[in-house]
Amino acid sequence: MTARVGVVLFPGSNCEHDAVEALEQLGGKAEVVWHGSTSLDGFDAVVLPGGFAHGDYLRPGAIARFSPIMSTVTEFARAGGPVIGICNGFQVLTEAGLLPGALQKNRGLKFLCSTVDIRVETTKSALSCEAEAGAVLRIPINHFEGNYTCDERTLAELRAEERIVFRYVENPNGSVDDIAGICNSERNVVGLMPHPERASDPLLGSTDGLTMLRSLLAAARG
Amino acid sequence: MTTWNRVVGAAGYRGDVGEELHRALGLTDDEAAAIERILGRAPNHLELAMYAVMWSEHCSYKSSRLHLRRLPTEGPHVLVGPGENAGVIDAGDGVAVALRIESHNHPSAVEPYQGAATGVGGILRDIFTMGARPIAVMDPLRFGPLDDARSRWIFEGVVSGISGYGNSVGVPTVGGEVVFDECYADNPLVNVLCLGVMPKDRLVLGRASGVGNLAVLLGSTTGRDGIGGVSVLASAGFGDAVADADKRPSVQVGDPFEEKRLIEACLELLDAGLVVGIQDLGGAGLTCATSETASRGGVGMDVWVSAVPQREPGMEPFEVMTSESQERMLAIVTPEALDAVLATCRRWEVRASVVGRVTEDGGRLRIFDRPDGDRLADVPAASLHEDAPLYDRPIARPAWQDELLAASPASLPAPVDAGDDLLAMLVDASWVYSQYDHQLFLNTVEAPGADAAVLRLKAPGLPGRSTKGLALSTDGNARWCALDPRRGTAMAVAESALNVACAGARPVALVNCLNFGNPEHPEVMWQLSEAIDGMAEACLALDLPVIGGNVSLYNESRGRDIDPTPVVGVLGLIDRLERKPPTVAMVPGGRLVMLGATVPELGGSLWALRAHGHRGGTLPPLDLAFHARLLDLVRALVTDGLAAGIHDVSEGGVGVALAEMALRSQVGFRASGIDGHAELFAESPSRVVVCAVGDAADEVVRRAGEAGVPASLLGEAGGDRLIVDGLVDVSLADATAAWRNAIPKALAPSR
Repeated sequence: MTARVGVVLFPGSNCEHDAVEALEQLGGKAEVVWHGSTSLDGFDAVVLPGGFAHGDYLRPGAIARFSPIMSTVTEFARAGGPVIGICNGFQVLTEAGLLPGALQKNRGLKFLCSTVDIRVETTKSALSCEAEAGAVLRIPINHFEGNYTCDERTLAELRAEERIVFRYVENPNGSVDDIAGICNSERNVVGLMPHPERASDPLLGSTDGLTMLRSLLAAARG
Repeated sequence: MTTWNRVVGAAGYRGDVGEELHRALGLTDDEAAAIERILGRAPNHLELAMYAVMWSEHCSYKSSRLHLRRLPTEGPHVLVGPGENAGVIDAGDGVAVALRIESHNHPSAVEPYQGAATGVGGILRDIFTMGARPIAVMDPLRFGPLDDARSRWIFEGVVSGISGYGNSVGVPTVGGEVVFDECYADNPLVNVLCLGVMPKDRLVLGRASGVGNLAVLLGSTTGRDGIGGVSVLASAGFGDAVADADKRPSVQVGDPFEEKRLIEACLELLDAGLVVGIQDLGGAGLTCATSETASRGGVGMDVWVSAVPQREPGMEPFEVMTSESQERMLAIVTPEALDAVLATCRRWEVRASVVGRVTEDGGRLRIFDRPDGDRLADVPAASLHEDAPLYDRPIARPAWQDELLAASPASLPAPVDAGDDLLAMLVDASWVYSQYDHQLFLNTVEAPGADAAVLRLKAPGLPGRSTKGLALSTDGNARWCALDPRRGTAMAVAESALNVACAGARPVALVNCLNFGNPEHPEVMWQLSEAIDGMAEACLALDLPVIGGNVSLYNESRGRDIDPTPVVGVLGLIDRLERKPPTVAMVPGGRLVMLGATVPELGGSLWALRAHGHRGGTLPPLDLAFHARLLDLVRALVTDGLAAGIHDVSEGGVGVALAEMALRSQVGFRASGIDGHAELFAESPSRVVVCAVGDAADEVVRRAGEAGVPASLLGEAGGDRLIVDGLVDVSLADATAAWRNAIPKALAPSR
C-alpha cells in the first residue's frame, strides 16, 4: 500500500516542495494541502513543513495555529494519525498545543544554517521507527528560533516517557537537554528542528534523512 | 527625500515650476530644458518629478551607456541579452535560466538592514518578472575594515538584512564574497545576484499590449518610503553622517512575507496564462513600470493615482508615482481575465487593483486623479527612457597612476615568518553564510565557501528531471583594478570563469555590477572606460557573452572615490551532474599539482596590503588564450573525476590556496620548491591547485602537457601541519583557529 502524505502549505511555507520530493523519492504519495482547507480525507500522514507560515513577524507559528487546516490536523492527530512538524512545522505544533514546550531564539541570536549530527534516542515514534536507537544521523538545520525550552516538569516527563526522539550531538542553539526533536505521549506526533528532507540525496552530502522519512511512511501505512 | 517633500510637496504639483525645483530634484538646467523641448511646454511639478527619477543616473545609465555598448552580448545560449529585467540563457532540456545582478550600495550605507533586505527583494522581482522562479541568490559584499565601529554596524546589519529577508522569502543564498578594504569605509558595496529557472516556453517580457487591457497593481500598498531613492540616494555621493541620516526615509522597508505571496501568485498567474505582460516596480516605482511596459509595447497608458492603494492619507500624486514601496508588481491583463486574476490574488492574500489601462494614444503616459478625472500629467512614455540624456563625460587617466605603478612591492622587506603573514590573510566566511539558508529546494550541491556554488538544474514547476547542473561564481578585485582597471577587470573575469571550470562547468554567460566613484570626476570615467574594455577583451577571448548588468556610480564618501570595483557573476553549465564535483579540499596521501606558471609579481597582492599597507606596483601578465586552454583542461579533469580536490589560485597566492584546501578538509600538507615569499603570495592569474590521488596525479600532469599547460608537483597532502619548505610551518590547529576566528574576533569589540 502506498502511503499518502498531506504536506500543509501555509502562504509563507517554503519547504513544501522539498518534503514532497523526498517522500516521493521513497515511493510515498505526497500532495500539497492548502492551509485554508479543512479536509485531510484520504491522507495517511501529515507533514507541516519548514518556512515562515504567515511571515512569523509575531512568534513563529503563533498565527498558523489559527489556520483552518489546524483544527483538522488536531483531529487527525487525536485519531492517531502520524503528524510531523519540521522546523517551522515544529514551532506550529507547539503553538497549537499538539506538542509541549516552545522554541525560542537561538543562543547566539543568529540564524543558523549548517549540517549537524543528531542521535536517535528512541525508535518508538512516527519518525524513528525504522531507525536504530543510538544511531547518529547527519542532518541540516536552518532556523533562528530553534532553541527548545520547556518547564522542568515537562522535561522530566519527556525524559521519563522517552519522548525525546532526537538529541544534538553538539548543541548548536542552546536547546534544553540538547533536544532536537520530541513526540507526544501517543508517539504519533513528532516535531523536530532539523530537516530530514535536506538529507535525501548523495549529491546533497547526506542521505540520513531518508531513514526518518521512511519511518514516517511506515507509520502512515500503520 | 527630505528635499523632495520640502520642495515638491510644499509647492504642490500644479502651477508653474519654480526656477530651482529641477535642481532640487537632481536635474541639470540642460536636462530641464530638454524636458521642455520634449513636451513643447514647461513641465508641471508631477511631470518634472517623473523625469527626475527616470533620468537619474540609476535609471538611465546616462554616464555609462555609451561605454557599455562595447561589451559583447551575443552567444549561442543567449535568449535575452541586456536591457530587459534579466538576461536569459538556454540551459537545454527545455529549461531557461534567468540571471541578474544589482547593487544596493547607498541604501545599505544609510540603513544597512533594510538596504540589504530590499536589495534582495528587488532582484527577486526582476527574475520572476521574466517568468522564472528565483532559486538562488549570491551576495558579493564589501565593507570597511572591522576595527571601525561604523563598519561593524554596517557589516552586521547587511548580513542580517540578507538573512532576514532571503531566508523568509524562501530563496536560498548560495554564495558570494566578503571583502574588507578601507576604501569602502563609509560606502559599502552590497551587490546581489539572483538566478531563476523556468520552462523555456514561459519566458515573458515586460511589455504592455492590447488597447483596452487593464494595468493591475499587485502587492503592497504604496507609501511614502523610498521616494526619490534613485535620484537622492543612488545618484549622489555621501557627505557627513548627519546629512546621511537625513536620507534614511529614502530607503524602502522590506516585507518578505508579502514578497513570498507575490512570487507565488505571479508564478501561478503566468502558469495559467492569465497575464499579457508583467513588470516589477523597483527604482522610480510606478513611473518606471508604467512607462517601460508602455514604451516597450509601443502603446500608451492611462494611470489613475486615486486607484492606487495608499498606505497613508494625503499622499500627493508625485509621491504615488515615484514611491519605491517594495513588493509591488504591475500586470497587464485583458478585461476577460480580470476576475480570474483577482481570484488567484485573493487566494494568496495579495492585493490587486486596477490602476490604469492600455491606450492607443500615441504612446503617451497620462496620469489622472481618477478615470475621467483631472489630467495631472501627459508625457510621451518612451521619452522617459529613450530620450534620457546620454553623456560622453570627460575622461582623464589619473595623474597619480604612474606614481602608483612605479611603487613596486619588490623592495618590501621579506616576511620574518611567512607563516604569520599567511595566517593573517585567512578568513573563514562561514560567520556570514551560516546565517543564510543555502540549502532550500534541495539543489545546493556545493555550498558557500567553495570556488563556485554548484546547483542541480531543478525547481518546482520545471518539466521532467534534468541531469544538468549549474555553477555560479561572483568575483571582483579592486586592488588589481586600482593599479590597472583594464587588466584587473580582465583578471576578475578570468578568475570567475576559472571558478566555474573548477566545478566542471563550461562558462556560458556573464553579468556585471560596475561599482565606481563619481562619474563627474574624469579619473573615474577613465577607470570605468578601461574596466569595460578589459571586460570586453576577456569576454571575447573566453566566449562569454554579457547578458546583463548594473552600474552603480557616485560611490564616494568624504570626497574620496572608492577604488574601481567591477564585480562579475559567471554562470557555467555542467552537462551531467551525477556526483559531487571536487571541492576546495585535500585528501591524505593526495599529490598537489599546480597547473599554470607563477610570475613572482606582488603588485596588487593581498600580501603587500596586509603585511605592509602597500598598494602600488604593476599587475602580473594575463594571457587570455592560455587561460581559455586552462579552462578546457580543468573542466575535463574535473568531469573525468581526476581531481579529489581543487582550488583556483587568487587572493593571497598559492600560499592561501593551499591553506584553504587544507583548512576546509582539515588535512595538512607539505609543499616544496616555492622560491620565497614572492612566489608564495603572488597573485598571477591562470593557476589552479589540484589534489589528485595515485595514478590520477600522473594523468593530470600528462593531460596538462598535452594541453600546453605547465604543471608542477608542489607536494603531498597529509599530516597535521601546513608546511612550505623554507617558508611556512604552522600547525593545522593554529591555522584553523586563525581562519575561523578572523571575523568573530574582529567583531568582538562591539560586544
